[in-house]
Amino acid sequence: MKHNKSKRPTRKARRDPSLPKAATGIQGLDELTGGGLPKGRPTLLCGSAGCGKTLLATEFLVRGAVEFGEPGVFMAFEETARELAKNFASLGYDLDALVAHKKLVLDFVRVERNEIEETGEYDLEGLFVRLGHAIDSVGAKRVVLDTVETLFSGFSNTAILRAELRRLFRWLKDKGVTAIITGERGETSLTRYGLEEYVADCVILLDHRVQGQMATRRLRIVKYRGSTHGTSEYPFLIDEGGISILPITSMGLTHEARTERVSSGIPRLDAMMGGKGYYRGSSVLASGTAGTGKTSLAAHFALAAAARGERCLWFAFEESQSQIIRNMRSIGIDLEPAVRRGTLRFHAERPSVFGLEMHLVTIHKLVSQFRPRVVVIDPVTDFASLGSEAEIRAMLTRLVDFLKMQQITALFTSLTAGGTFTESTDLGVSSLMDTWLLLRDVQNGAERTRVVHLLKSRGMAHSNQVREFLLTDRGVELRDVYVGPSGALLTGSARMVQEAQEKAQALVRGQDIGGRKRELERKRQALEAQIAALRAQFEVELAKAATTAEQDQTRTGVLDGDRVQMARLRQADTAAVGKTPRHR
Amino acid sequence: MKTTKAKTATVVLEQSSAKASKLRYVLCLYVTGMTPRSARAIANIKEICEEHLKGRYDLQVIDIYQQPVLAKGEQIVAVPTLIKKLPPPLRRIIGDLSDLKRVLIGLDLRPNR
Repeated sequence: MKHNKSKRPTRKARRDPSLPKAATGIQGLDELTGGGLPKGRPTLLCGSAGCGKTLLATEFLVRGAVEFGEPGVFMAFEETARELAKNFASLGYDLDALVAHKKLVLDFVRVERNEIEETGEYDLEGLFVRLGHAIDSVGAKRVVLDTVETLFSGFSNTAILRAELRRLFRWLKDKGVTAIITGERGETSLTRYGLEEYVADCVILLDHRVQGQMATRRLRIVKYRGSTHGTSEYPFLIDEGGISILPITSMGLTHEARTERVSSGIPRLDAMMGGKGYYRGSSVLASGTAGTGKTSLAAHFALAAAARGERCLWFAFEESQSQIIRNMRSIGIDLEPAVRRGTLRFHAERPSVFGLEMHLVTIHKLVSQFRPRVVVIDPVTDFASLGSEAEIRAMLTRLVDFLKMQQITALFTSLTAGGTFTESTDLGVSSLMDTWLLLRDVQNGAERTRVVHLLKSRGMAHSNQVREFLLTDRGVELRDVYVGPSGALLTGSARMVQEAQEKAQALVRGQDIGGRKRELERKRQALEAQIAALRAQFEVELAKAATTAEQDQTRTGVLDGDRVQMARLRQADTAAVGKTPRHR
Repeated sequence: MKTTKAKTATVVLEQSSAKASKLRYVLCLYVTGMTPRSARAIANIKEICEEHLKGRYDLQVIDIYQQPVLAKGEQIVAVPTLIKKLPPPLRRIIGDLSDLKRVLIGLDLRPNR
């Protein structure tokens, strides 16, 4: 128990998330490492030749000096001053200015084997003195040693070298500088001379692999003591902005689901989705065979975004920007004003320009820069040539997750392979999508027409009906389709025929109704005549009845009179006169 | 004319080493403070100079702890380093100079086999 108790605090301390970190400022790396490299400790950066070690180290240093106010020392063992200046210039930084402003110190260590004669014991104190002096002269917080292993080719006594390197790394730690030590990848170990033995805090491995003629750079954090970190291989990109790493491999499905809706740009399509359109931040797939109007659908969506004043980024893998604009103009959709206003940006590129991962990195980068609310990827299926289905699926998962995290509504178009209509996409991505619009051709008689239906739309009531999809000169229009007598869909001219027929029938029916109305009227009149006759008869009878009653009355009166007279005649009791005769 | 141009490498070497016996030596020894190893190197080089270069050498001992800028300028990595500035070629003789044979080779006072 006691043993346990004494151990626990140390373990806790090691896992402390507040482990101080030095931000690199490199896009993606800080997210991957949870804030940067271990502050005040050395990090080993290894990889084979040409994989970007020096560039990453340079960027770490320059960004530290410029963005984080941490001056740095660059100790170069391999490159000359001119090569290094070129490296800096490639990132858009002026090396001389940084040195002049005391933000950076450079030291080129040159070790020429053929000048050196070893005559006994020595150490590498000269290196320490130089480094110490450089650090102190600008108050450096960051140090790069690139590539310290070069020393092994300059000195023959490896025992001394190893001991001195071990001392160097400890010394760097004592100095409290955040250091990057680069090392060439060895055949069996991470570095040729096993530097990983000495640098135990953080080890990052860079890799440059060619797969199916596509070269992809990848980064992996082999080790990061005391910190959680992403463990997969992450592709990265080197361009004029430096290094960008793609840290997203579905860091958990934590994106917020919005209830806000965005219009698809087509009123009837919105109507199919409860009258409101897609959810903001959802992923929409529009799949269909060639020429079913996927791009037109995307154009409507982009235009609607522009009308709302939202930025839209359109990745086109088959057509150039001007081609899309021209083609969409033919159906009355003008995208150019939005482009001119800067709310719509195209990024047109053949998918074969580079590998799958690179595309992901490019998209990631452009999205981070442009900050669109709406993204169009047209078509997503063009990636199919760049990898296996599993790879593409993984890539698209990351892409979808990334866009969702940014609350970006994305429309992916997907080309389904010819002829038969299929409810499974070629890339098996449908399960990633929230809304799936299926566009397809219907062959009817001697013509082909387009129909659209909503195969699914998560989290909303949506129409199950098929709609005819018309490309008019005012854009896309949706129409009801007719189901013919045999159960077949009627579209296009067949629909028109059907519409005409129905109109005719309606006319006929209308006429029928008129006829029946008149008939009824006649009947009513007849009935009313009858009623009148009956009433007349009744009145006659009533009159007759009244006459009879009068006669009766008269007769009674007469009789009464007779009786009184008779009583008088018979000299009856006068008291009884006028009263009911009493018989005795 | 032609014969002088066609001098063999051996001849050049012999001449240069013959010249070396008359040339003035400029030596710099870089040390770090007064460590035992520094002291040993200083003692060794003084002894060697007295023995092999008597009267024709300049020896400067520099403590790079005192003058760290010089360490950068002279590309000092290992310590102690003895730099033979003159006569050319420039040589760096590193270590405490206890291996006499290698020191003499480094100073071009003995041909390397």
